[in-house]
Amino acid sequence: MSEDIQTGLAEILEEVAGVAPADATPEKSFTEDLDVDSLSMVEIATAVEDKFGVAIPDDELANIKTVGDAMSYIQKNKA
Amino acid sequence: MTGLQLTTGAPGARILGFGSYRPRRRVTNHELAETMDTNDEWIQARVGIAERRWAGPDESLLEMSAAAGGKALAASGLDASEVDLVLLASASLPRPIPGLAPEIAHRLGAQRPGAFDLNAGCAGWCYALSAAADAIRSGSARNALVIGGERLTDYTDLTDRSTAVIFADGAGAAVLGPSDTPAVGPVVWGSDGDQSSAIAIPEGEKAMSMAGQAVYRWATTRLTATLLTAMERAGVGPEDIDVFAPHQANLRIIELMAKRLGLPERTVIARDVVRSGNTSSASVPLALSALLESGEARSGDLALILGYGAGLTFAGQVVVLP
Repeated sequence: MSEDIQTGLAEILEEVAGVAPADATPEKSFTEDLDVDSLSMVEIATAVEDKFGVAIPDDELANIKTVGDAMSYIQKNKA
Repeated sequence: MTGLQLTTGAPGARILGFGSYRPRRRVTNHELAETMDTNDEWIQARVGIAERRWAGPDESLLEMSAAAGGKALAASGLDASEVDLVLLASASLPRPIPGLAPEIAHRLGAQRPGAFDLNAGCAGWCYALSAAADAIRSGSARNALVIGGERLTDYTDLTDRSTAVIFADGAGAAVLGPSDTPAVGPVVWGSDGDQSSAIAIPEGEKAMSMAGQAVYRWATTRLTATLLTAMERAGVGPEDIDVFAPHQANLRIIELMAKRLGLPERTVIARDVVRSGNTSSASVPLALSALLESGEARSGDLALILGYGAGLTFAGQVVVLP
């Protein structure tokens, strides 16, 4: 289950922000390690919402700092 | 009981000509990097702006708006005396009283036209365009001058890198007249007042602040439906659109909007923001003027335009370019 999430998320990161799939590992910080800025985070959130059927309100998005945070959020909230 | 009658206007309204005024002073990213903690690479990556224009002391909102209006009149072939409605869309009036449109009209030589200012944030010009087109169709006016003018730098902290790199000054204008066939499509307008604080001058302060991420999210997700409906109401599809000119807020918003719409490869996308910055109500007419001047857009092209921003407000329509 969480493998699907990691793979799906890696696809989104590659498409939106050009992140190489090998780099999309749970401990990586979006802004510090992957060079993803706050506007790209919005695009990633929109793509995640579409792909996994979750909703990510602005205040929750603010708490998603690492790839692992995103994976946990999706795991907890997906339909 | 006496009933009322109405006037008959025209079957449609048409844009007859554009005019623009860009302030003289060009401010590059390099210049900004000298006085605040920013750099050209960051600004270009984040907002896509390379340079912008800041109005000087002799370039008041009145002067810039009248200049743009005068050029639009010249382009349209009409004399000012033929204009009976003058609208100024602006969010940066120097003072609330009086409104500026009557003085602009007087300056241009219009003969006591209807005249009012309209504040609908960065959607202002598209709102005003719709109001003018409706007035022509209903017979309230025959020819209208619709100006979008801003001196946003009056309301920007020019030491705050989150806003100083973005907001800028200028004016764009269009003259409208009656038309046997519609050349300004129906407007799709609306507002999201629950986010009124997203782009605002906070209470007791003088300069704007903007919740950039929230606005980016709103603009890139909530407005696709508006654009699709604007095309649908005008009876056209994405494949018919020759020019896409959304409010020039940020290059990334423009690119993402264009991508989500599925416009054909051949559609010319307005990217005037790169050299003009974000000029709120002025940005759509400035962008259209620039495309016509450069020849990237041609007479008769179908343009999908959209204003969106402070309020939050939005308004979109399809128009035929003059």
